[in-house]
Amino acid sequence: MTIPQLSSETCPGLAPGVRLTFDKARDRWVVLAPERVLVPDETALEILQRCNGTTPLDAIVDELATAYSADRSEIEHDVRDLLASLVEKRIVTA
Amino acid sequence: MSADGGNLAAPLAALLELTHRCPLQCPYCSNPLELERAKGELSTAEWMRVLDEAAELGILQVHFSGGEPAVRRDLPDLVAHAREAGLYSNLITSGVTLDRARIQKLAEAGLDHVQLSIQDVDHQTAAYIANYPGVQGKKLAFARMVREAGLPLTINAVINRHNITRVERMIDLAVSLGAGRVEVAHAQYYGWAIRNRAALMPTLAQVHEATRHVEAARERLRGQIVIDYVLPDYYARQPKACMGGWGRQFLNITPSGEVLPCHAAQTIPGLSFESVRHQPLAEIWAVSPAFQRFRGTDWMPELCRTCDQREVDWGGCRCQALAVAGDAAATDPACALSPMHATLRALADTASSEPPPDFVYRRMTPHDSKAALATTTS
Repeated sequence: MTIPQLSSETCPGLAPGVRLTFDKARDRWVVLAPERVLVPDETALEILQRCNGTTPLDAIVDELATAYSADRSEIEHDVRDLLASLVEKRIVTA
Repeated sequence: MSADGGNLAAPLAALLELTHRCPLQCPYCSNPLELERAKGELSTAEWMRVLDEAAELGILQVHFSGGEPAVRRDLPDLVAHAREAGLYSNLITSGVTLDRARIQKLAEAGLDHVQLSIQDVDHQTAAYIANYPGVQGKKLAFARMVREAGLPLTINAVINRHNITRVERMIDLAVSLGAGRVEVAHAQYYGWAIRNRAALMPTLAQVHEATRHVEAARERLRGQIVIDYVLPDYYARQPKACMGGWGRQFLNITPSGEVLPCHAAQTIPGLSFESVRHQPLAEIWAVSPAFQRFRGTDWMPELCRTCDQREVDWGGCRCQALAVAGDAAATDPACALSPMHATLRALADTASSEPPPDFVYRRMTPHDSKAALATTTS
């Protein structure tokens, strides 16, 4: 099975059993998943914080492009790359 | 990293063995041969205090385990308490004691995830391994109820010579049950499994075949299910980073509150363990001699201390070094560089080439009588 290309309208959300939470003891954000603790980098965190199941992928890209005054197509590439890999790992549903 | 305590990292996860009571009698159970009885178990209030101390210490995930944790009536209260403390909670269960109402209650209490063990896809072999007639039917019903309650599910299949030819079907069963993840885990030979080594050990050819099936399934099921594969130590060339390194990321709490670096640590002579009944968890983690004993790399034998993998595998498994090399501070015999590596492989080859002996099922009784005798004569 291959991973389907994510559509621009899809609304990515955290998969069931996955929580994004602040780790007070280590002063950082973490993704808690079954038998896994992931530490997102700054970009991944910005994306994950917008994976609420209601914001479309397109809107997430717009927001980030505005927030960072960055090239939209570059941001879109980063967002799609990250989300595709997180969907495969079942951290994100889209 | 050495165990100076000054910059000691906090553990990430804790395995909480709420009880050793269990309706199943799997011959590869990770519990010790000397099982704790109900009267020795921590109370609800004590476990709640432990959960608070765990969160305070920096633990992020707790695994409610056993025995069968659901035989404790207070399980939903403990799950709710873990949630309030901000902990991610996982229930490791045999699935045979929980009905729909109790599953619902656990979901409402904020349980994050359920891990269900299966013995096989074949109902008859499953019943033989668990020594529990009808076990498979109950597990399948449980898995469906878990998914209906909206809880994410992992299937854990312990691989041994009796089920190894059906690895592919076990993975497919996990998919059909709606599991997001499946652990295909070769039995690890400590606790009851080492007693039953000959009855459980597959051949190398069988292991290779199983590995091929797992790799093919990973390709075929990409994006559908996550497959974690735990290789068998006896046929490995590199040791596992057991527990992610002794006293590095993980702790285990027994039903009576003893805090262990791993669940088989009690087999190591000369180690004594502190209890959460008498000492705060953070203090035990930081200063307990049992945790210090094999923490970091200073304790390692020359072979490991000079190896470039020392902070990758952290020297492997101490309990296996003890069981096979006779010394808990020796190089894990799973490592191809260990002088005992050939012995380990020979043990596996011999065990797996002969017809399997009967299981010694995991039971409380024989050890209780021993314990009672010890008490009356001391």
